[in-house]
Amino acid sequence: MIEVRNLTRKYGDYTAVNSISFTIEDGRIYGFLGPNGAGKSTTMNIITGCLAATSGTVTVNGSDIFDEPIKAKKCIGYLPEIPPLYPDMTPLEYIKKLSKGYKQRVGIAQAILGDPQVVILDEPTVGLDPKQIVEIRNLIRELGEKHTVILSSHILPEVSEVCDEIIIISNGEIVASDTAENLISQFNPSTITDVVIKGDADAAANAVAELDEVKEVEIDDSANDGTAKLVITSDDDIREKLAEAFVKNGILAISMNLSKASLEDIFLEVTSENLHMLTGKTGSQNSIASSAKYEETETVDNVDEIQKDAVNELYEETSEEGDE
Amino acid sequence: MGAVFKKELRGYFTGLTGYILLAVMLVMMGIYAMIYCLSYQYSAFEFVYGNTVFVLMLFVPILTMRMFAEEKKQGTDRLLYSLPLKMSDIVLGKYFASLVVLGIPCFFTGIYPIILSKFGNINFKVVYAAMLGFFLLGAALTAVCMFISLLTENQIIAAIVSFVVLLLNYFMNNLTNYIPSTLFASTVILILLVIVVGLIVWAVTNNAVLADIVSIVLLLALIAIRLIKAELIQGILPKILNKIELFEQYFNIVYGSLDISTVVLYCSTIVLFCFLSVQVLERKRWA
Repeated sequence: MIEVRNLTRKYGDYTAVNSISFTIEDGRIYGFLGPNGAGKSTTMNIITGCLAATSGTVTVNGSDIFDEPIKAKKCIGYLPEIPPLYPDMTPLEYIKKLSKGYKQRVGIAQAILGDPQVVILDEPTVGLDPKQIVEIRNLIRELGEKHTVILSSHILPEVSEVCDEIIIISNGEIVASDTAENLISQFNPSTITDVVIKGDADAAANAVAELDEVKEVEIDDSANDGTAKLVITSDDDIREKLAEAFVKNGILAISMNLSKASLEDIFLEVTSENLHMLTGKTGSQNSIASSAKYEETETVDNVDEIQKDAVNELYEETSEEGDE
Repeated sequence: MGAVFKKELRGYFTGLTGYILLAVMLVMMGIYAMIYCLSYQYSAFEFVYGNTVFVLMLFVPILTMRMFAEEKKQGTDRLLYSLPLKMSDIVLGKYFASLVVLGIPCFFTGIYPIILSKFGNINFKVVYAAMLGFFLLGAALTAVCMFISLLTENQIIAAIVSFVVLLLNYFMNNLTNYIPSTLFASTVILILLVIVVGLIVWAVTNNAVLADIVSIVLLLALIAIRLIKAELIQGILPKILNKIELFEQYFNIVYGSLDISTVVLYCSTIVLFCFLSVQVLERKRWA
C-alpha cells in the first residue's frame, strides 16, 4: 500500500506537483491520467525515490521513501519514461539495436525482476505500434493479477481499458479520482439529445418541455436556414418519446442525436483550459472546481514556456547528436 | 554494492575500453622496461613506474569518463535511484570496479622484477613500494576524475576536464613559481579561497547556513592568523599547492623514501572525493 500525503515538488518557482494526496490499495491497477506536463512523471519519480520532494510524505508499506529508502524501494519496480537500459550490457543481443517496443519490454522485465509488490510504469505505451500497444496492455493486465500496478498515460482509452482506478492530474493537482464508471456518473448524470427541427422552434420547445422526463430545453437558432436546434437534457435516452411528441404536435424533426459524455469529455473538461467550449455538459460541482483552478493563468503560461524550452532543448540535443 | 561493481566491471570489458586501456598501459610500461632494464641494463625497475606515471593522465580520464556522465543521458540514473541501493553503494561499486582495471597492469608489471631478478640485483622493497604507490596515485586520481564525471552529462567533457585537471596537477611544481607570495597577495587569495570553499559547501550540501558558518569560521581563523602570526600567511599558497601535488609526491617513493605523508595524502584524497561524489549524487535528486 502506498500513501502519498500533501506531496509538493517545485522546480525553482514553478510548482510541478502541488500538495497532492492519494492512497494506492494493494492488488489494483491505477491509472495516472493527465496532459503532458501535468506532473505525472514527477509524482512517479518521487514515489520511486528518484526525485526528492519539496514537501510531503510518501510511505510504501509503512516505510517512508525518504527516511527508509532501501526498505521502501524493495517493494517497487519502476519503468521510467525512457527505458533505463545500459547499451553496453549485451546479454544475448545488442540492446543498442533493439526497437523502442523491445526496449520497453526489457524495461518492464527489469522493473518486475525483483518481484516487487508494486510495479510503476511511466507512459508504457508511448512510441509503440498498435500491435505492441495491445501486447503491452495485456501484459499490464497480467501483471495486475499479482501486483499492484500504477501506470501513467495521457491517452484516455488506454487508462479506461486497463485500469481499475483512474486518477486525473492537471497542473500538479488531482482533479478527479475514482473508477471509470463512477467518474462518468459523477460528472455527467444527464443524457443530452440534440434535435434539429424545421419550423417554429418555440412551439417545439414547449411541446418537448411538457414531457415529464425532460429536465431542460435550450434553443439554438443560430442557423439561418429555417432550422433550429433543441438541446434537451434528460436522465435517460428518451428519443422514442420525443419522436411521439413531435409527431403529435406536427413538428418536423430532421435529426436526433444522443450524446452521453464519455470519459474523454470528462478528461478534457477537467483538464482543459477552455472551459467555455464545454458548457452545457458541465456538472455543477465540477465547474466550480475547474473555474477556480483556471484563475491561475500565470501558471498555465509558465507551463507553455517550460514546454517550449524543453522542445528547444530536445531539438538542440538531437541536432548535436546528428553532428557527431 | 556487489551488483553495481559487477555490472561496471563487466561494462569495461564488454566494449573495447577496458582492453585498449590495459593494452596501452602495458605497452608503455613494457617500452620503458625494455629501454631501462634491457637496453641500458639498469636494475632499478622502480623508475619504470616513475616514468610511466604520465600515462595515468590519459588512462584515468578515459577510465572514469563514462562512470556517471552518461547515466543521465541514457536515463539509467532513474534505475540506479529507484533500486534499493544506498548512494554510497553506487559510488563505491563504480569506484572499486575502476580500481580493478587500474590494478591489472600493476599486477602484471609486478611479475617483471621477479623475472629480472634472475639477471641482476633488484631492490624488491623499493620496486614494490613504487608499484603500490603507482596504484595508490592512480586510485587518488581516479577518485578526483570520478567526481568530475559526476558533474557533467557528457563523457567527452568529463574526459577533457579530467585531463586538464590532472595536467595542471602534474605541472603544479612549475606553476606555483608564478603565484605571488607577498603578504597582501596571499591574504587576498586566501579570502577568495574561503569564498570558493563556502560556495562548494553550499553547492554540495544545498545548505546555505552551513556554508555561511564554514566561510565565517574560516575567515575568522584567517584574520586571527594574520594578526598573530603574519609570517605564516606569507607564501603559504605555493606551499599548500606543492603539498597537494599528487604526481610530484610520488617521486619520493620512487627515489626510495616511503613517506607516510604521501600515503596519507593519497588516501585522504580518495576518501574526500568519494565522499563528495556521494553528496553530489544525493544532491542530483533535487535537480
